[in-house]
Formats: sequence, structure tokens, C-alpha cells
Amino acid sequence: MEKKPIIEFSDVTFKYRVQQKPTLKNINLKIYPGEKVLIAGQSGSGKSTLAHCLNALIPCSYTGDMSGTLRVNGEDPSKLGVFGMSQIVGTVLQDTDGQFIALTVGEDLSFALENDCMPQDEMFEKVDSVAEKLELKSLLLNAPGDLSGGQKQRVSLGGVMACDVKILLFDEPLANLDPATGKRTIALIDEILKNEDMTVVIIEHRIEDVLYRDVDRIVLMGDGEIIADMHPDELLCKNLLPEHGIREPLYVAALKAAGVTIEPETHPQHIESMNIEPYKDKVHSWFHSVKQHSHETNSDVILSVQDLTFGYNSEKQILSDVSFDVKKGEMISLVGKNGAGKSTLASLICGFYKPDKGKILFKGEDMSSLSIKERGERIGYVMQSPNQMISKPMISEEVGLGLVARGADPAQVTERVNNALKICGLYPFRNWPVTALSFGQKKRVSIASILVLDPEIIILDEPTAGQDYSHYTEIMEFLRKLCLDTGITIIMITHDMHLMLEYTDRTLVLTDGKLLMDTSPVNVLTDEHICDRAYLKKTSLYDLALRCGIDDPSEFAARFIDDERRRGGRTWQE
Amino acid sequence: MARMISYEKKDTPIHKLSGFTKLVFFILWCMTSALTFDTRILILMLFMGGTIYAISGTKWNQVSGVFKAIMLFMAINLVCIFFFSPFEGCKIYGTRTDIVYLFGKYYLTREQLFYEFNVLIKYFTVIPSVFIFLTTTDPSELASSLNGVGVPYTIAYSLEIALRYIPDIQDEFHRIKNAQEARGIEMSSKGNLFSRIKNTASIIFPLLFSSMERIEVVSNAMELRGFGKKKSRTWYSRRKLTPGDFAVLAFIIIFFCISMIFTYYDGSRFYNPFI
Repeated sequence: MEKKPIIEFSDVTFKYRVQQKPTLKNINLKIYPGEKVLIAGQSGSGKSTLAHCLNALIPCSYTGDMSGTLRVNGEDPSKLGVFGMSQIVGTVLQDTDGQFIALTVGEDLSFALENDCMPQDEMFEKVDSVAEKLELKSLLLNAPGDLSGGQKQRVSLGGVMACDVKILLFDEPLANLDPATGKRTIALIDEILKNEDMTVVIIEHRIEDVLYRDVDRIVLMGDGEIIADMHPDELLCKNLLPEHGIREPLYVAALKAAGVTIEPETHPQHIESMNIEPYKDKVHSWFHSVKQHSHETNSDVILSVQDLTFGYNSEKQILSDVSFDVKKGEMISLVGKNGAGKSTLASLICGFYKPDKGKILFKGEDMSSLSIKERGERIGYVMQSPNQMISKPMISEEVGLGLVARGADPAQVTERVNNALKICGLYPFRNWPVTALSFGQKKRVSIASILVLDPEIIILDEPTAGQDYSHYTEIMEFLRKLCLDTGITIIMITHDMHLMLEYTDRTLVLTDGKLLMDTSPVNVLTDEHICDRAYLKKTSLYDLALRCGIDDPSEFAARFIDDERRRGGRTWQE
Repeated sequence: MARMISYEKKDTPIHKLSGFTKLVFFILWCMTSALTFDTRILILMLFMGGTIYAISGTKWNQVSGVFKAIMLFMAINLVCIFFFSPFEGCKIYGTRTDIVYLFGKYYLTREQLFYEFNVLIKYFTVIPSVFIFLTTTDPSELASSLNGVGVPYTIAYSLEIALRYIPDIQDEFHRIKNAQEARGIEMSSKGNLFSRIKNTASIIFPLLFSSMERIEVVSNAMELRGFGKKKSRTWYSRRKLTPGDFAVLAFIIIFFCISMIFTYYDGSRFYNPFI
């Protein structure tokens, strides 16, 4: 390429003031105008730090020592400052709620323009033209609460596009979206890149979802360094991604499991367009060699939801006639697009709201007369972020809070707290302050504080949201071990299709307040029709099976997942 | 879940007024109510306030919680006035008409009752105007109005953001409260008052921490989009004043002036029925 790079890192090293070691080490990276580059890496790999360098949050908001030179569009970000850089690099944050500052879509789109003192008339014109491009025209007067996750993200995007930026920087754009919306976001980014004169940098660890559309390069970060900087076709053939804590696309993992050596010439970037011919035979013989998938569920029903109907007000029903049974010791995923009623259903089970109609039976006993507190002894509820639950400074105090509140005697509290901490692998830390723990450990504290009450079911709201692969694995392997060791029943609300596939036995699909499906995750994710309606995305294993001419794609997917579980290289560590 | 005291979009004549008009109206209205002790004006304002409240379409459940809290403080206030100064009314009106002897040095007098009645209706003239102002004014419009009358935009915008996040924080509060209650931390009326106060901490701290997290995200987002860089800013949501606005502004200014003249005409803030 003859062109001059628009982003150029040369020997950039950065150390946060509060840290001992540098977070970025000797980064050399060139990105050219019009490119679409994916920067991948697990938490702590330095990928977010790299992004902060681009929009000048480093060194302006997060201070530290920086050496080497960085040029963005020929300028030095540290000289231009955050405001100066915001005219060149538009940053779309992971948390679309946080980025939505103003009260309506129109105002939010114009936020940067207002700060730039653009006269009101010009502002109206500009906002209209951006809204047109992003199909937000009809939503200009809507408040953030009235928008779906995807719409909020389009607003975030529009807000930065209004400034005529040259570079769009996406910081984990998929983290809070359901799979289908994520897919649309990736398509939208692709379209913008085609129509506007822009360069796109995407920071994301969900490789498979980003690769829904072509990217020019993947920059793989690990431990503050650039591990690889190559075309996706090349990178997918190597084993670098899993080695650095990034999940490979499932079809790639399946091909590798079948003993295939993938060649870049077959273009493995997309399963749809990949040349599968050379690998077909191997996949076939692998499929016939692995054990058949078997179902085993014959334990007792522990929770029975019958004809549940509920609405916050009489105008709109959130749930209508939902019925299902949960068996003891099951791991169940509850899925569906944002606003489908998943959290409401969990709240009803926990007794936070009263159903308008229908019953919830726990071991055959109607729970309608039980208080929230009494239900809490049977069914534990773990919120999405541990910070929403933790209120005590010390770990053992926090875990024992529920028991103390119930007036248990101190000796018993200590014993049960220690027990719960042991199960969660936190016993060595029992006298530590909560603040000294990592996010994953805090999550386990919040789970331990529920386990201490000895519930028979726990409901987890998005247990892995915003977590990278290694933390995700840590949390999920822990939950699986918990389920196997203690026989506790686990219900998880999730967007993550990998989680459904790999860790749950059964999936409840909610759509517009109705239970659309109640079956194995593999059956859900290989059913195109259901996936469309529930805003899920069918698994690439399905496409792989079809393209290899296997007539039972669900069985193929199930066998692969079984095989992965058996090999279970990743074990949960204390 | 009813959200307390937050803006709700509706189509009423009050909602159509610009935030600036409502702000000026609100300030002058409260000043009138604070300055005058003329019972006739206060009663007139009481009726006007009630009418405007009805027009504004404000629902009772939007304001009931705050209303009850104000009522509690008002009751405390009235009782305190009586206990600390049982003859305040007599001092003001210059006569003393005992109704009944209570105890110690406490007599119930007509003058005191009338004085406290005035204090009471003052509350009731201000309360609806606060409610109406908060529930009918779009926070961003309010911010642009404040900025328009000379308040620095950083302060005006902080206020907007605070109002913008009140509903979010209320929702978060409910979520955390439910989850903590499931753990056994009783917040419903079953627990006794002391333990309820103590238990509030187990909701407030998580709420505080999760709000702090949010603050960091929001302030980064604002900075990334150039907030605070320039000395001034323009407003997308600023509304031009309509003839309706001018009419309302003219009315409140005239009303304020007349009330003041009427109140101070005889040299005292008080209307005296006892002479």
C-alpha cells in the first residue's frame, strides 16, 4: 500500500500511573485510510488501553508514562486533547446507555454539535441528515428508555458521525446486544464504511460475530504486545486465538476438532463463502466416529410455572400464559431479545411482583403466599453486576449478611459462611476486603452470599455479560461444578449463544411475552425460524454441517458440544 | 412502577409553554407566596394553583410520595410554631382572643389559629407549582432556559443530567431492593423501624457504587463529545417563545406587581381581620 497511514503507532509504551508494569509494550501498528481493523484480545491484553490512546483519554483522563510516537491523521493526540481528538476519532462506547447522555434521540445526536456552538438551524439540518442515514428519523423525539439496544447503538453512532469524524472507534460494540442485533450492527458498520470516507477500528473479543462481514485485518493483542497482525483467513488457520484466550468461530473449532488443517486459500473468514470441499471427508468421518448425543433428565420437578400472565399496567402485557417445568439439578438458559420478558419472569419467580394470573409451584407447593424473603430461602437471585449486591466491606461479612439478617446464631453463621466460601473457592480470602477482588471473584462472592442461604434453585441474570472468554469460562465452569457437586438447579438469563450451547441442558425461548420454545439449545440454534423470531443467531455449526452434506445438523452440533465438554481442556481454577 | 416527580410527556397547554416561561412563572409565583401574608391573595393563588394543576394533567401517583413527605414536615412546622411562639399571631395582629386554655402558658387563640392557617395555605400555594414545574418541564429545556437566564451551562446541564437519571436510579433502587430483600434484608413494613433504617445501608451502598460506575462512563462519554471545552454552547431543544409564552409572562409579572402593591399598601404584609 502506497498510502500514508492514518493511524501510526511507533514504539509506543504506556504505563498507568497506578500500575507497576507497562500495559502497552513497544506497539508498532499502522492503519491505513479506509481499512477496517479488528483489535482482539482478552481483558488485560491492552486492547482498551490502545483504544484510549486513539481518542486521547490516554494521557488526558487516565494519566501515566507514555513513550514512543503516535500519530492519528498526522496529529499527536496528547497535544490535541480529548476534545480535539473527538473531531477526528468518533468513539462508540460499549455501554450504549452510558453514552446516551441527553433525553431524546435528537438531542443526543446533536450533543457534540451543541458543545461546538453550532447555531440551532444548522444543527437541525445536520441531525436530520445523520438520522436519515441511520434510519432514526422517526425516533428523534424518543427517550432512551423507548429504544431497543440496537437503536441506542445507532444513536451512539450517529452522535459521533454528526461531527464528520475520519475514524470510527468501536469499543466492544457487541457486548450488550442480543445476537441478531449484534449482527445487524456489524452489517451497519460495513455499510457506513462503504458509503462514507472512513476508517473503522473495532475492539471486540467476539471474533465470530464481527467476522459476519469482512474485516481487513485482525490485530491480536496479548499481555500488552501485538501477537499477530494478519488477515483473518490466515489467523483462523493458526492456533493463536485460543492460545491467547479468544474464542475461535465455532465452525473453525469444529473443523479443527475433526482433525482438519485449515488452509488460508480456502477463505475460512465466513462459513458461507468458505471452500469446504477439501475438508468434507474428514468432517464426515469425525461425525460418525464420535458418540451419539444422549439426553438424560429423569429427576423430579422442582419448579413448575403454570399459565403465568403479568403486565406492569393494564395496557401492556409483558408475559402471557407462560408454562414450564424445571427439574432438579438442571442448568437452564432463558433467552430472547431485549424486552421479551426474561427479567420479568425471573422477578415473578422470586416474588418481586405478583402475577396477574397463574401459579408458581415449588416442589408442588404454591408459592403465592410466601414473602420475598421466604422465597429467597428456596430460590436465590444473583444480579447481573456483583456491585449491585455487595454492601459490606469484608468478604465473610458480605456472604453472611443474609444469615445475620435472618437471625441465625453466630457459630452457625461462621460455619455456613466458611462452607459457602469453600464451595466458591474464596475460603483463603475470607478476611479480605471485597475491593481487593477481581470482577470474577466478586461475582463468586455474590453467588456465595446466595448459596449461604442454601437455596435449591439459583437464578442468575446475565452471569457473563461483558466478560471476556477466560473470565466467562471461569464463571461458567464454576457454575457447572456447583451444579454437579451440590445438585443445585441453575437458571440463567442470557444473550450468549455459546453459553446456551455449551453449558445448558435446556433453553426456554421467550418472545413478546410468550414461551416460544422449550427444548435443547441445539434444537433452538439450528432452527432458523425460531432464531429469527427470538433475535438469536443460528450457530455456524449448523451451516458447517449443511455445507458438509450432513443431514442431521442438530445432531452434528450436539455431538461437537459433547465432544468439547468431554475434552474439557478448560477447567475451573481456584 | 410509578416514577416520582419526573417529567412526563403530555399534550397540555402547560406542557406547550417554553421552559423559560415556566421557570420565570415558578420563581415569581414562589416569591409572591413567600412575601405576602395577605390571606385574600393566598386564597386566590390556592384556587389558581389548583386549576393549573388540573390543566397540567399531573397524576396523583406521580407526586403522592413527595406530597406525603411535605405534609409531614408541614405538620411538624405548624406544631413547632405553636410550641415555640404560642402568641405569634397576637403579636402580629395586635389583639388577643382566647378560645381555650390548654396547659402551662399555652392558650389557643383565634389570632394564632389564623396565622397558622396562613402558613398552611402558603404551603398549598407552593406545592402544586413545584409539582407542575417538575412534571411538565422537559429537563433539557429547563437547562437551556436556565442557561438563557444567565446560569453557566455546566451547572444547567448538571441539573439536566440529574433529572435525566432520576428515573434510572429509581429503577435501579427497586432492583437492588428486591434482590436484597430476597437475601433476607427486610425492607417491607414487617421489619421494625430501626432495622429498616439499618438495612437501608445494604441498598444505598450498592446503589452508590453502581451509580459511581455509571458516572465514570457518562463523564467520559461527555468529554469524548466535547462537553465543557468551550465557554458557551448552543441548545438543540431551546424553544422560541410563542405568543402564549408572552401572555403568560406578562400575566405573572403583572400578578406579582399587583400582589405586592396590594400586600404592602397598608404598610404590613399581613391581612388583619381582627381590627
